[in-house]
Amino acid sequence: MARLTTDPTTTDRRPTDLVARVRRHNRSFGSTHVLREVDLDIRPGEFVALLGRSGCGKSTLLRSLTGLDPVPAGEVEVHGRTGVAFQEPRLLPWKSVRENVALALLNTEQRDRRHGLADETLAEVGLTEKHDAWPLQLSGGQAQRVSLARALVSNPELLLLDEPFSALDALTRIEMHQLVIELWRRHSMAILLVTHDVDEALALADRLLVLDQGRMSHAWEITIPRSDRAPSRPEIAGPRAEILTALGVKPTPPNPNRAAHSGRGAA
Amino acid sequence: MAPMTTYLSPSTPAAAVQEPVPTGPGARARRRRPGFGWLRRWVSPVAIVLVWQLLSSTGVLDERTLAAPTQILATGVEYTASGVLPEAILASLQRVLLGFVIGAVIALVLAVVAGLSRIGEDAIDPPMQMLRTLPHFGLITLFIIWMGIGEAPKVALIALGVVFPLYLNTFAGIRGIDRKILEAARSMHLTRAQRIRHVVLPGALPQALVGLRQSLGIAWLSLIVAETIAPQTGLGHMINQAKEFLQIDVIVLGLAVYSLLGLGTDAIVRYLERKALAWRA
Repeated sequence: MARLTTDPTTTDRRPTDLVARVRRHNRSFGSTHVLREVDLDIRPGEFVALLGRSGCGKSTLLRSLTGLDPVPAGEVEVHGRTGVAFQEPRLLPWKSVRENVALALLNTEQRDRRHGLADETLAEVGLTEKHDAWPLQLSGGQAQRVSLARALVSNPELLLLDEPFSALDALTRIEMHQLVIELWRRHSMAILLVTHDVDEALALADRLLVLDQGRMSHAWEITIPRSDRAPSRPEIAGPRAEILTALGVKPTPPNPNRAAHSGRGAA
Repeated sequence: MAPMTTYLSPSTPAAAVQEPVPTGPGARARRRRPGFGWLRRWVSPVAIVLVWQLLSSTGVLDERTLAAPTQILATGVEYTASGVLPEAILASLQRVLLGFVIGAVIALVLAVVAGLSRIGEDAIDPPMQMLRTLPHFGLITLFIIWMGIGEAPKVALIALGVVFPLYLNTFAGIRGIDRKILEAARSMHLTRAQRIRHVVLPGALPQALVGLRQSLGIAWLSLIVAETIAPQTGLGHMINQAKEFLQIDVIVLGLAVYSLLGLGTDAIVRYLERKALAWRA
């Protein structure tokens, strides 16, 4: 764990070594500046959490990386395929679970094998018996697993997660955290997780960034293994207090019921 | 019977035992009313026909005002055997089908163009919204002046009646698509054509089917009105001939067949809805 006072971006790194490279990125809606001079590097296989208060611009930054919004030329580079999972599952209700996942392979080389690959990915997220179900028949957690499978099926180099667990109940969220770590290990893609949950970020990510009023304000790297990230440990409690302060919240002792799961199943 | 049982039995099944929300295949069958519930809905229509028959048989209802149900049934059998009724039905069906197809194609093309592009909406939607308030039966006179009294004005009237409900509902369906789902499709790098095929059109289907049912109803109504314009064939012709000879039974037979045909097409659309919208769990 190291507190970095400056931006963690390594300017000497060649752009091709990164899956995402954001330089002096600005976004504004009307007269409101949502992102100001944002720099961000994401290395292959890295798990980055982006924290911030509501309206700080964190989802806007994620959207810039998805290519869903037009961005000024040269400010955002993404190398390789991306997969996106949103806060809501956003499944197509008129397509079966399998078809929903297979749709992400429609314009890829795996087009002809898309249904088989969809089944494999659904098995990976733990949904082996729901291939033919309609999305409206799924629970919230199951639908979010399908959404995750859809983001993963094309084997992206960068997985973008926009608060995908915030609408789930606490127990389902714990399961999803473990699932994401498993998938991340297996696929070794880079992940950018946008969240407002400090404990979630501390349990999952290698690097934590705080976005404040459109600016990257703080960064932390958590180097201890995920199995050792008990909230009471000083290596976790320290950054936790600092992050909460950076977010403008008075630090409180960690809730023993939250994030205590972080170690289970993790290396 | 014990008093407690009599007290409990009426309220228990419906109120106390809350049925779980059925999901998965077979859900529809389980949701259906159990036993002979559907039979109850037939009691009063049958009673009305019986009373009608009784009034006719006793002479209270003059056969020059309204023929007896048995008389109408007998005429139906006779006209079917002679081939007059099947021929009339075929002619009317052809007419309504032609008008419906023309109207539906126009409606769907306009709705898709207006629904998918801003320019299309600006060009198509304002005149459609203005014209829809026009009672289309009022155009009969103009149609006769323009097209004479042959098939053309009849088919045109049906087509015009079909266009508006189908256009309005399909357009609303396309515009009502969840933008977040469209965005998810874009995040999967689907092309515009793929987004239209996989997201926009299936998403608009429920609303379009509502429009389809409405426009089918209007198609039959338009047919009946159109077939009063100097009909040479069809059920309207049959009714028109009967009018000359005051054959009340034939007139009522024609009307009954009109409504049965309308019920038939409605049942077809409802079947299509069940098949196409199975995903609505």
